[in-house]
Amino acid sequence: MTRKQRRSAMIFTGLGVLAVAVGLVLWGLSGNIMFFYSPSDLVEKQVEPGQRFRLGGLVEEGSVVRGQSTKITFKVTDNAENVGVSFEGVLPDLFREGQGIVAEGALNTAGIFVADNVLAKHDENYMPPEVASSLKKKGVWKDTNTKAAKGTGS
Amino acid sequence: MIVETGHFALILAAIVAMVQFAVPLWGSYKSDPILMRVAAPAAQVQLLLLLISFLALMWAYITSDFSVKNVFANSHSAKPLFFKISGVWANHEGSMLLWVLILAFYGAMVAMFGRNLPPSLKTHVLSIQALVSLSFLLFLIFTSNPFERLVNPPLDGKGLNPLLQDFALSIHPPFLYLGYVGFSVAFSFAVAALIDGRVDAAWARWVRPWTLLAWVNLTIGIALGSWWAYYELGWGGWWFWDPVENASFMPWLAGTALLHSALVVEKRGALKLWTILLSILTFSLSLMGAFLVRSGVLSSVHAFAVDPERGIFILGILAFFTGGALAIFAWRAPDLKQGGIFAPISREGALVFNNMILVIACGTVLIGTLWPLVTEAVGYKISVGAPYFELTFAPLMIPLLLAMPFGPLLAWKRGDLRGAAQRLYAAVGIAILVVVLTYSVTSGSSFFAPLLIGLGIYIVVGAISEILWRAKAFRTNWGEVGRRLLNMPRASYGSMFGHIGIGIFVIGSVATSVWNTEKIVAMKPGDKQTIAGYEVRFDGVVEERGPNFTEKLGNFNVMKDGKQIATLRPAKRTYIMRSEMPMTETGIYNAWNGDLYLAIGDKLQQGAYTVRFYFNPFIRLIWLGCLIMALGGLVSLSDRRLRIGAPKRAKEQPAAVPAE
Repeated sequence: MTRKQRRSAMIFTGLGVLAVAVGLVLWGLSGNIMFFYSPSDLVEKQVEPGQRFRLGGLVEEGSVVRGQSTKITFKVTDNAENVGVSFEGVLPDLFREGQGIVAEGALNTAGIFVADNVLAKHDENYMPPEVASSLKKKGVWKDTNTKAAKGTGS
Repeated sequence: MIVETGHFALILAAIVAMVQFAVPLWGSYKSDPILMRVAAPAAQVQLLLLLISFLALMWAYITSDFSVKNVFANSHSAKPLFFKISGVWANHEGSMLLWVLILAFYGAMVAMFGRNLPPSLKTHVLSIQALVSLSFLLFLIFTSNPFERLVNPPLDGKGLNPLLQDFALSIHPPFLYLGYVGFSVAFSFAVAALIDGRVDAAWARWVRPWTLLAWVNLTIGIALGSWWAYYELGWGGWWFWDPVENASFMPWLAGTALLHSALVVEKRGALKLWTILLSILTFSLSLMGAFLVRSGVLSSVHAFAVDPERGIFILGILAFFTGGALAIFAWRAPDLKQGGIFAPISREGALVFNNMILVIACGTVLIGTLWPLVTEAVGYKISVGAPYFELTFAPLMIPLLLAMPFGPLLAWKRGDLRGAAQRLYAAVGIAILVVVLTYSVTSGSSFFAPLLIGLGIYIVVGAISEILWRAKAFRTNWGEVGRRLLNMPRASYGSMFGHIGIGIFVIGSVATSVWNTEKIVAMKPGDKQTIAGYEVRFDGVVEERGPNFTEKLGNFNVMKDGKQIATLRPAKRTYIMRSEMPMTETGIYNAWNGDLYLAIGDKLQQGAYTVRFYFNPFIRLIWLGCLIMALGGLVSLSDRRLRIGAPKRAKEQPAAVPAE
């Protein structure tokens, strides 16, 4: 092989790998991303039952109902609208009323959000940026978090 | 007084860093050897000052000096001593102090062991290293000063985030930072080489051990973090493709590529420009990791309290160093001579293939991690989760893993693919056997998983057969084989262990993701559950007190084949100082073939509790694999040819190095 052929062999392999990667990325980004909605977004937009998304907001005070089984229901609110959530499983340690959370799942036909995953954070002062900005947009953001949080990071 | 000494030492260190940056560079410009020689002692003084500063902060933590704001916010007098010490870096300010301490440590090590580096290279490396150090010292002093005092000292502190009061997570940051920051040395060497306009085998021989050291620590750091997430978070998972995790994974991928490409520069003088570029990119990814973690621009389950203003400062540092280095690269790169021609099928070719895949895979992780920022800028919010990464990352790894055993079997310059394949017959044979066996044992529950397990076995056996082939095993008498095995360079064993570690990791991660079982049930005392052949009886909950917490311990009796084998006590802890933040402690039984994993959840009506059961087959192979990889790095590091500061043989360096 001449030097030129060697070089082009390598360039073509590289381009091949790159093309595969680009294809995978496009495919991955088209099918595997999840939209993030606040309860108000759900009222504005028509979200089909069964379509998976992330729901973010605060757990409404006094809304958590624990039954005899492992099923738990609560409401997520952005202080403007709220939406009922049902979840089966173990809630994260930091889950409590008034806490900002993100839940993954889909709406059922009755308009209840069936979550298969509920995320809270490692730090009681932490607020997921999506939740913070959607609360800010609704004008109900209280700036207690950023200041109190200083010096608690890792 | 001690705290003020620490504060003063910190400021002094910034001044020394300024001197270490400017004076030697000026000296080199003026060709003044005396000014150039300032760099090495300055690097050592800087380390000493930061050590004083760090110990002063540690002192404040140990003596619970709550007049220091940082101690007040993150410590408590009732905390065990171990966590008082680890508390120093379990917060933003303290961890940034650790960061600059490690930066200075690497600088001082280069100064100390670099006696036979060409003087101009050494001067430039230390000068760049000092500039990196200086930027973070300014960051620390102006935005995150750990020595800030409180006017009215409170009686006791606020306590440390309970999640951080854990052994693995306490030692996780030092390892991680030794990794992240270690790549700064490769960066400084790369920029210095660009300034010098010279990249040769000696340069690569210098870069490789530092990169290797950083890589070993990063590997251990990531493994510790993953292990912690597994046993502490109670979700049963070990990797979540969370932005904070990706932030550490990307420099690891680029660093792994760098290790391999530096090998080509050292042995064959090829891929010089690429290696320089990779050094710059690897450290840039480390800086980007720091930015992502500190700024909180991305939603992360692992994020602790964050501050966007600090994020902007780090973004500035990132932009300055990456942009600056790339500009120097664009300016100087055309002057660097390329060397070493090789055929596509050769050791070099295999290493290029490795680099292509690792870097492109790193790119897909980068896109997935940053994509939410892009879409947010256009106005809608999304999150990119594990499915994306599994879909893009895993398929790219398959060809790399298939090619991995071939690399070391190919000769430099021009390799013999068929010959290499013949030497892998044993590996392929054993792998096929394992595939068939796995398929039948798991009764065909998955078609792909046994193939991937076989892939892992093929990598492990392939790495061993390469060493055996080089020792002429089965081709000569065993005494000779033994002698050859003993005389083999340690670097060969290093790469063998590195590759074996990957194989074992693949086996563990595939087995546990495909065949794990999970159950979430409500249990009352006396209830029984069966999972993966274990019968588990719930014996109720008791309350106990720890040094700074109370806990509700669930008692679970584990039986197998009618015999009692273990008592697991998963718990919910409540720390006195952070009562609003309960903590899960899992109960794990280690069997030879996997972990029985229990987490206890909320109390339900009538004395029942939510209990989460997992059986994770062979999950510990994941961390074992990482440890073996790290071990491989250490073995390689102990190789005489690579040993930091090992004298170079005279014939390799014909031009005498002037005495310092």
